[in-house]
Amino acid sequence: MIVSRLSRISLRTVALAYLGILVAVPIGLILARTFGDGFAAFWDQITTPAAISALSLSLLIVAIVVPVNVVFGVVTALALVRGRFRGRGIVQAIVDLPFAVSPIVVGVSLILLWGSSGWFGFLEDSGIKVIFALPGMVLATIFVTLPFVVREVEPVLHEIGEEQEQAAATLGASRWQTFWRITLPAIRWGLTYGVVLTIARSLGEFGAVIMVSSGIAGESQTLTLLVHSRYIDDHNTFGAYAASTLLMVLAIVALLLMTVLDRRRETE
Amino acid sequence: MPAFDWFTNRRRIAAGAATALALGTVLAACGGASDDTSGSADSESSAGAVKLSLVGYAVPKPGFDKIIPAFQKTAAGKGITFTQSYGASGDQSRKVEAGLDTDIVNFSVEPDITRLVKAGIVADDWNADEHKGLPFGSVVTIVTRAGNPKGIKDWDDLLKPGVEVVTPNPFSSGSAKWNLLAPYAVKSDGGKDPAAGIAYIKKLVGEHVKSQPKSGREATETFLQGTGDALLTYENEALFIERDGEKVEHVTPPGTFKIENPVAVTKTTKHAGAANAFKDFLYSDEGQTLWAQAGFRPVNEAILAKFAKDFPAPQKLWTIADLGGWADVDAKLFDADNGSIAKVYDEATS
Amino acid sequence: MAAPTTTAAPHQPAPARPAGARKIGRRAAGGIGPLGLGVATLWLSLIVLLPLAAVIVKSFDNGIGGFIDAIDAPAARAALLVTLSVSAVVALVNVVMGTLIAWVLVRDDFPGKSIVNALIDLPFALPTIVASIVLLSLYGPESPIGVHLNATRPALVIALLFVTLPFVVRSVQPVLIELDKEVEEAAASLGASNGLILRKIILPTLAPAILSGAGLAFTRAIGEYGSVVLIGGGIPRETEVASQYIQKQIEIDRFVNGAAVSVALLAIAFSVLFVLRIIGSRTARREEAAR
Repeated sequence: MIVSRLSRISLRTVALAYLGILVAVPIGLILARTFGDGFAAFWDQITTPAAISALSLSLLIVAIVVPVNVVFGVVTALALVRGRFRGRGIVQAIVDLPFAVSPIVVGVSLILLWGSSGWFGFLEDSGIKVIFALPGMVLATIFVTLPFVVREVEPVLHEIGEEQEQAAATLGASRWQTFWRITLPAIRWGLTYGVVLTIARSLGEFGAVIMVSSGIAGESQTLTLLVHSRYIDDHNTFGAYAASTLLMVLAIVALLLMTVLDRRRETE
Repeated sequence: MPAFDWFTNRRRIAAGAATALALGTVLAACGGASDDTSGSADSESSAGAVKLSLVGYAVPKPGFDKIIPAFQKTAAGKGITFTQSYGASGDQSRKVEAGLDTDIVNFSVEPDITRLVKAGIVADDWNADEHKGLPFGSVVTIVTRAGNPKGIKDWDDLLKPGVEVVTPNPFSSGSAKWNLLAPYAVKSDGGKDPAAGIAYIKKLVGEHVKSQPKSGREATETFLQGTGDALLTYENEALFIERDGEKVEHVTPPGTFKIENPVAVTKTTKHAGAANAFKDFLYSDEGQTLWAQAGFRPVNEAILAKFAKDFPAPQKLWTIADLGGWADVDAKLFDADNGSIAKVYDEATS
Repeated sequence: MAAPTTTAAPHQPAPARPAGARKIGRRAAGGIGPLGLGVATLWLSLIVLLPLAAVIVKSFDNGIGGFIDAIDAPAARAALLVTLSVSAVVALVNVVMGTLIAWVLVRDDFPGKSIVNALIDLPFALPTIVASIVLLSLYGPESPIGVHLNATRPALVIALLFVTLPFVVRSVQPVLIELDKEVEEAAASLGASNGLILRKIILPTLAPAILSGAGLAFTRAIGEYGSVVLIGGGIPRETEVASQYIQKQIEIDRFVNGAAVSVALLAIAFSVLFVLRIIGSRTARREEAAR
């Protein structure tokens, strides 16, 4: 299709204007408002004890969720690609389920399962607190990040095929050696990409966590909950902007990693 | 391209994961509770120090922001740190009932404490003291935009055509219950003519209330963001936002309702001594003065008189006792299935 | 960029292997074995299936009648209606703008294009509550340009457009890149107008990708909470979306109502994704057949 220069410029303008108004301007405004009073004011807001607590809680959740997702995600991907069983389509659909579930519904489902009047409510009586405690927040985050590692590792497993693994087997390698020496290095970029997506999503989870967290400042607030509470409960708009900017910086770092890894994957 | 071999180096992966985990845990341990940039007293929590947990309704934070540091300077409060949680009174009460551990509860309305008494979390003699468990309170007031462009001065003005009123949802918020009890008491002459009271509520909720904020604080936020012409709220909340520079003013109608906010120590607390000491501090002269400074009406008459400028006495102040006490009122008016006001709300908004 | 990939055709299967290779036991080929399969199943059940089952069971606690009553309550119906209508509008806008942006990114060139390309993924990496605050600062009460859209339906649309931006764009881009220009050039040399080429060659090829992206955007929009919670205002029957309604019901202990509307949302989302999957596999089959 030969597109005239005029059409091309107008299409470009429309696209850029849309992106500008929708994405660039609002983000630019927040940055301007956050740093308008200088870096010191911003730094003050993100180093209050409650903010440091929130950041470390968010990081703690990531530190738990990522290894869990890596282990079980790789196992699930292997099962889907290498396993021989019926109903693979169903398992694939279950892996994709978290994409279709609203975060609020995730919170509701966890409350109905692990809450004091839920199916596993007896756990609370024996002293194991899930809802309104860290395990609940971790479970909610695992739910929403479950598909990432699986979906990024699966296609790689498909593409590399079983030849190398089978060759290793004939040479006498144990299953573990084969996995560690052959499979894992082959999937490393897909795995890393999945991990980055998991981290970004974990840091950003809000709807599910707000339902299962007790939301106590300095204890059970993640960074996202802190943003919300500062805006609504504390009437501290600037503080909310500052915490949002911190989250935005983390998101942009994740974005950069994703771009770099993507290019690495393609040139591999 | 250089081989990227950290995957094949097990030790490095394990070390990395362990570091991340350790870092996270260490950071989490040295996090404190305060969100003040001025670095308030409870920024460090050392092992062995007493940490008291306070679960409150939506609006008392300005008060506790003054009370807690003052308490920490007293002998009884030395070394005690606090974690605080604020939210809609009903929602917070339900959370504690569902298992949220806490030492001190401060709700907007008595039924939210009664719920915990029934669940065995609060002793049933929590209000047996001389002050009946109520260290401070307020009155129901109407907040309007600066200059009061719609000329709202009394309850009837809220029913003028085109006036939009912001008040929270009574199923989750304690503030909402006070807000509705005030015009109800006025219109029904203290409960003598319930039909008249309900008729007013019906008109108000059916035609003038659109948004459903969850709590008193969220109602304030909704109003400040531009929704509505009038906000029904606590006088202390009105004072808080006015002092914060918001372009609003408040007018207390001649007939309004006395708000009394209960405080109780839980039975499940592990620091009964410290928690009770804190509760007692709320009633002390210093505590009462601090509440007054934060905009809450103290129960100490002498101190209330000193702040008469902030707290003008309304012409007619109805109280919950006039209506028969909370147990009665909650059952007759606010019970989710049978309460008359609850039914009006359900019909109008669900 | 594979981040919000479609649920359509999976990546190309591995090339054919010599028959002899299959004879070597799969168990020794670094595969998974029954233990691994069992672990995966247990994992998925515990994390995903059980909680969702709890919701579904709870929603029918008062029988089918109770379920229907809960969904039919005026506020619930209104919330679902608001959610679906706003999401549909958002999906449509995305179809147009998403395709346009993908076109510009693939077929056009200008300084800074790679930055713009990376910008597309920002809403995907950004926490939803941050999106809400960001949009509130521009369109809310403190707007520097005097636009006050908070607590209105347009605000919902803007917020949802923000978070669903990447879906159609990233869905269409790879297809557009792979589009064989020769066919277009042949048609052009035969005298076909731009409009004809667009209608008969380009759009049909892009259609499955556009549809898939729009479906994902729609599914994401109907469940969205964080980005609309601050800017939407949550006014029942006007700007309250289904997720806000559900949250309110749960907070006042009306579990059955909350569960019922949750199930309604789930059912809608699953149906959309199911239809997408069918279209996706049909397209994959057609591509295979064409080879």
